Amino acid sequence: MRKILLTFCCVLSLCFLAFAQGHEGHDHSHDGHSHSTEAHDSHGTHGCFEEGSHEFNPGNTAFHHISDQNVFSIGPWQLPLPCILYAKDSGKWDFFSSGKFHPDGHGVGEFAYNKYVLFEGMVHRVKDAGFPDGHIELGHHMVQEVEVEGEKKVYVCYEGEKYEALYKSTADGGLFGGGVTNFFDFSLTKNVISMFVVFLLLGWMFIRIANMYKKREGQAPKGIQSLIEPVFIFIQDEVAKPFLGHKWEVYLPYLMALFFSILGLNLFGQIPFLGNANVTGNLAFTAVLAIFTFLVVNLSGNKHYWEHTLWMPGVPAWLKLFILTPVEILGLFIKPLTLMLRLFANITAGHMVLVIFVGLIFVFAQGNWGGVLGTSVGSGLLTIFMMSIELLVAFIQAFVFTILTASYIGAATEEAHH
Amino acid sequence: MITGVAALGMGLAVIGAGLGIGNVGSKAMESIARQPEAVGDIRSNMILMAALVEGAALIAIVMCYLVA
Repeated sequence: MRKILLTFCCVLSLCFLAFAQGHEGHDHSHDGHSHSTEAHDSHGTHGCFEEGSHEFNPGNTAFHHISDQNVFSIGPWQLPLPCILYAKDSGKWDFFSSGKFHPDGHGVGEFAYNKYVLFEGMVHRVKDAGFPDGHIELGHHMVQEVEVEGEKKVYVCYEGEKYEALYKSTADGGLFGGGVTNFFDFSLTKNVISMFVVFLLLGWMFIRIANMYKKREGQAPKGIQSLIEPVFIFIQDEVAKPFLGHKWEVYLPYLMALFFSILGLNLFGQIPFLGNANVTGNLAFTAVLAIFTFLVVNLSGNKHYWEHTLWMPGVPAWLKLFILTPVEILGLFIKPLTLMLRLFANITAGHMVLVIFVGLIFVFAQGNWGGVLGTSVGSGLLTIFMMSIELLVAFIQAFVFTILTASYIGAATEEAHH
Repeated sequence: MITGVAALGMGLAVIGAGLGIGNVGSKAMESIARQPEAVGDIRSNMILMAALVEGAALIAIVMCYLVA
């Protein structure tokens, strides 16, 4: 049990680093002053923004809901989270609560703080150096996304002028709107907080169960023991023992840590209206898990494993040199890559499908009550169906990650038979 | 244009994965029906095989996403 806890702590701390990580980017200086020309033709009710740009886009909404956020939304409430931000140009650190942005129901901040603004729950930073520092009131809906020449950009409206704001760059490699930027975000975001909560819960649960086993030795399991014991025994007997042979006990803590942390996070993300944190659907998180598996597999690989990977016996040298060895070396990296992508894609797809089913209500029922009722019932049923499928997927993906890790470790540690 | 082709590629990858996983599932069901006492072994191997088939499709889909 102590080994499992230790592995949990390692996974936790490394994941936190991965989330917080940003990377250097270069500024596009040529569009830095575009706001001043556009500001002259500003009219309409939303200050600098044109009206009629509020068309509902289910794909966009889904992406916004699955991405990490700087507020924790429980039902209609937006709980503030701590922001730890570093601006590259001024070299200044900022520590404050995201409650300073006064986010509305959609997570759009009504205040700016030291050039930082909140858009759809995510911190952005104004690019222009002329934007004033300090705590500034912007007003309702003064941070908006505008499409400029086919590219979506976030603009802040302050005193009738538009300022471009940049998103943090993330370990997603800019896949979800990251990319070039002017600040680093080390905040405790929604994903990080959910991870802490789940790992603390799991830690508490496993310590309790371990104590119960010590106290009630030789007796039948009771309470939470009887919930976990069959799952634990299942992973031990169906995954660890058949794949790892006589060395199963060495790798059991790692497999259990993987299984229960993935399962816990998958299930926590499925609770409706409780933040819906998409931790296992975050590439940074799954990448860390995959890197751990890569390290465990390759560090425990024996002589035969490396021989059959790099210079397999009984094959002509030219074939090895030009085809087999390069393919095997690629295979070393493709295995953890597919582990990473599989977990990420399955969980993300599940979350997106749920949001899109709910979004169908807003697509089909444009203001008439019959349509609203009809589509609400329809997508409600569809959503319940999808959620039950997702519960299954939560178990299957945790199991698949564990069993594949076990089979890779098993292949790397197998003794020669010839 | 390239976005459309990439979307088509994603669809093709999914067809391939669907055929593969469908085949795995059908054969597994068949063998469970033939030999119900081996259901445990068959189930975990079925999931393992399905996951491997899915892996190839996932790489194709990500390639399409990166191209688009």
